[in-house]
Amino acid sequence: MGSYHTVFGSLDHYEKGGVQVIDDDPKHYVFSNCFEVASKSKPYEKVAVGQNLKYVIEAIRAEGTSPWYSNAHDEAVLVMDGEVEVHLLQPDKPLVPEGKEGSVQLKGEPAGKKMGWVKARRGHMTLLPKGAAYQFRSAKPGVLLQQTIKGDFTIERWAEICQTEA
Amino acid sequence: MSTATATPASSTAANDLGYKSFSAGKFKFVRDEYFAHIFCPGNRHIMQIDAFLRALMRDVGWGFFYGTVNFDNVFGTVNHYGTVEMFVGLFNDAYRQTKRYYVETFQSADLRKVFEAMLDDWTNEGFDPYAAPDETGLVYGRKHGNNTNALKRQRMVAKRMVGLPGDLGYRTDGDGYTVNRQFTDVPQDKPEIHAEPGFEGQVHAFNLFAYVSRSDVTWNPSVVSCVHDSQFCATTEEHALPIQHGNDRVEWFIQATDEIIWDVDDGKTGRPRAKVTMKAGDVAAMPADIRHKGYSPKRSMLIVWENNDDRLPQMYGKGELKPYPVEF
Repeated sequence: MGSYHTVFGSLDHYEKGGVQVIDDDPKHYVFSNCFEVASKSKPYEKVAVGQNLKYVIEAIRAEGTSPWYSNAHDEAVLVMDGEVEVHLLQPDKPLVPEGKEGSVQLKGEPAGKKMGWVKARRGHMTLLPKGAAYQFRSAKPGVLLQQTIKGDFTIERWAEICQTEA
Repeated sequence: MSTATATPASSTAANDLGYKSFSAGKFKFVRDEYFAHIFCPGNRHIMQIDAFLRALMRDVGWGFFYGTVNFDNVFGTVNHYGTVEMFVGLFNDAYRQTKRYYVETFQSADLRKVFEAMLDDWTNEGFDPYAAPDETGLVYGRKHGNNTNALKRQRMVAKRMVGLPGDLGYRTDGDGYTVNRQFTDVPQDKPEIHAEPGFEGQVHAFNLFAYVSRSDVTWNPSVVSCVHDSQFCATTEEHALPIQHGNDRVEWFIQATDEIIWDVDDGKTGRPRAKVTMKAGDVAAMPADIRHKGYSPKRSMLIVWENNDDRLPQMYGKGELKPYPVEF
């Protein structure tokens, strides 16, 4: 008897399911695939693949070194493909006003104290704690899913990424 | 129909097969060797006992969950977060059109006590309603023993993220959370964490997929990370979701591994609306006005993404929010 084989997706190989409509509009299911989205994105574009009122999930193509970001609330990032470093820094002064939602892209590396860094691979989830600054580094293309709130840098291209036809 | 608040009654003495019968308001529940029988004014209903107990386990374990827990297309509960409706036919088109449906409202804590007692009495030794069918014994026949420990599992809820100091802990061999037989190929490596002095515990990461591979239950989402009311609820799915979950808000699915096929029906009528096939990396919304039942041929990992804002059921119910999440 053969052993079980768990199927993961990746940028190099993914299969996409879909919506078989019986009596509905496929757009109501906002169906996309994070690997497909990342395969068509520029590095570190934060493309929303899920939105639940103000909350979003962003699919991010990790490739090279990202800008620095900060936030006024916790965020979480899950590696779906690749190996990504997450560098964290405690800024000398708050970079994002209290109550500001979403991740905020910074202009250059902020002044502050190094908190440390994480090397994360597929399936690893990293905390992006409230008030910290962070930067992603990835030698090869990878895919991240970021749990956050819709912000100024969230990109919405639903009609391009989602199934629209039955 | 009735919408009066009713008080659950205590259970009766055991029948010839060894099982107690239970009452809640005007509902009465009886089990025999193969079936659960449900009686209420004007109706009787019957379900296979294994299917009934698997659904009952989720209803109890989830505290009546978000929205409607349809045990099948006739019987179920609706969570009003403090009170709960129990119904026959409320969301079945034929029962509605012929006015055959019946509903009673209970204090959630009261009905939960009845459900917990029924689940405990009707679950025999060797049957685990949280397990996939291939992982557990049968529940048929005369009463023989119990499996109380399996029924007392608590739903796991992280406050910020699994593994943070003071938060929900990891699953380990030592705690009895071994890697599931269908996930033995899931890497158990840990992320490298290089925290500077003074930032230990703040620089944090964990292997979510390894954590999920060690889940000892199916179709039972547990919260692994939060951004305010945004909750990632990770779960392992195998065989079929034992209920049809009727949404009272939009929820989202992220298929992390393998494949699940979802039957999506209208929430009120049960009329089929779509079939959604999700493969690894797929992301899809379940609108607020549907019910869904999933089928996972191989054990798979699913992240259920919930918005825990308690104002949402009323806002969707009043039509203040559209039932689907994005317009484009």
